[in-house]
Amino acid sequence: MIWNKERESLSDGKKSVLQSEQLKSLVSRVYEVIPFYRAKFDKQGIHPKDIRSIMDISKLPFTTKDDLRENYPFGMFAVPMERVVEIHTSSGTTGKPVIGGYTNSDIDMWSEVMARCLTMSGTTENDIVQNAYGYGLFTGGLGVHYGARKIGANVIPISGGNTRRQIMILQDFESTIITCTPSYSLYLAEVGEELGIDFNKISLKAGNFGAEPWSENMRKEIEARLHLLALDIYGLTEIIGPGVANECMHKSGVHICDDHFYPEIINPQTGEQLEPGEVGELVITTLTREATPLIRYRTRDITSLIPGKCSCGRTSVRMRRIMGRTDDMLIIRGVNVFPSQIEEILVKYEGLEPHYQIVVDRVGSMDELAVCVEMNEKLISDEIKELEIVEKRIRSEIESTLGIKVAVQLVEPKSIERSEGKAKRVIDKRKI
Amino acid sequence: MKIRQISVFLENKVGRILEITEILGESNINIRALSLADTSDFGILRMIVNDIEKTKRVLKERDFILKESFVVAVEVPDKPGGLAAVLRVLGKENINVEYMYAFFEKPQDRALLIFRFEDPDQAVSVLQKHGINVAEEEKLGVR
Repeated sequence: MIWNKERESLSDGKKSVLQSEQLKSLVSRVYEVIPFYRAKFDKQGIHPKDIRSIMDISKLPFTTKDDLRENYPFGMFAVPMERVVEIHTSSGTTGKPVIGGYTNSDIDMWSEVMARCLTMSGTTENDIVQNAYGYGLFTGGLGVHYGARKIGANVIPISGGNTRRQIMILQDFESTIITCTPSYSLYLAEVGEELGIDFNKISLKAGNFGAEPWSENMRKEIEARLHLLALDIYGLTEIIGPGVANECMHKSGVHICDDHFYPEIINPQTGEQLEPGEVGELVITTLTREATPLIRYRTRDITSLIPGKCSCGRTSVRMRRIMGRTDDMLIIRGVNVFPSQIEEILVKYEGLEPHYQIVVDRVGSMDELAVCVEMNEKLISDEIKELEIVEKRIRSEIESTLGIKVAVQLVEPKSIERSEGKAKRVIDKRKI
Repeated sequence: MKIRQISVFLENKVGRILEITEILGESNINIRALSLADTSDFGILRMIVNDIEKTKRVLKERDFILKESFVVAVEVPDKPGGLAAVLRVLGKENINVEYMYAFFEKPQDRALLIFRFEDPDQAVSVLQKHGINVAEEEKLGVR
């Protein structure tokens, strides 16, 4: 099922015409009203009239998170405050948050793209959406809320946390769709199993999981334990919140709503645009955002665009799972390490909960990588040698994947801190 | 003739064994025999207890990960050469001991040896064939 068949299955030609018109209008608007962009364009010797089609986008300067911080709070707003109807911020714990402003038209657009995303997981007006993303300044809660409302589904604004109540509501209200982070979905499964809940008997049929990177193996685990279809949803506060992209039922990459958000993949070092299929940093231009439009925003997310058409009928461009972020990428002894690479290995072991923590420390001048993995019922043995074999197998597989030495430590269940939102996967103790 | 043993996974942290023994004590569970195997990072606490099901329940409630396995208890006179006599039989029959530990029964002058074999049934029949006294759960007060 496709929410907006016309917009989600535009022909290449029609899409290019639409995006070109949108970009031209966006560029002249930001040049007129946002001093930051005028200065940046002038400095680069570029004028809005130089932008004649979407192909010219690579002539434009990038926008970075630092630019947003420097213009905090309202320096990047393109409309007068009386037209702003809502503000959200990033969950950033370091420094000032990143701000997104919304006009009425931005909220309409957000509802539209979120309706598309929820439709991809099969949500209709007959569904009950248990929205366990946090409500508040964080975009997750209200973004999903608006999309579900637009579809006409029954949305339960339960917000994050209070896991036992989540499970009670799941059972009592017979929720059919759940929206939360993938790690929280596993936490729900864990608590539910402890309470003796048979998820096979629960009405849930699908979930849109996002706000943190996850893996294909984690999907298998979530689907097996919660008995539902688990789809990846992608978004970020700077661009709109959730709703930038979502997987369709074919699970072959997330479809980007590219009639609103124009994606590019660049080489993060050189800034040069890369070809479809090549891995690099995702850059997004908000083609239609009114309040806080962004030109070529550097997301720091590492992924690639997928060439070719999806069999679902949508022509919106697809992108692979986020492999990591340019800023959570660990560099250990000169080797780039993505936590997701380690997770892929861990969840392959039958029975191993993907509850793990990566600890990086510097001992002398050497970086040391340790992975703590929680013990579980299926792995335990009364013989030390059996457990040492488990440790050794995990260790050698991580070492052969990453090419660096790692210490694997089996730890007691529940000893790794569970947050009810994003999982703390990496502890970097290095002082560099 | 096999005896059920509970093994608990523990990280090497101060107070973990105390915590387990306190939980069992509060639940009125008696530890009949105990041994700890460890590496630098973790340990496995193996126990023969008088109430298996209750032990499993109270430890699981406190999030311990545990495993039930079968061991063999052998009774020997508490005197020099008692253990060697048993090991000689096992060696002769080519039965490998995965691990073992011992404890003493008052007031009788006997030692009880707890053995973990790969195939406990085979080991029991071999031991019995050689006239070695294999103890049953009841004798250890296990239920």
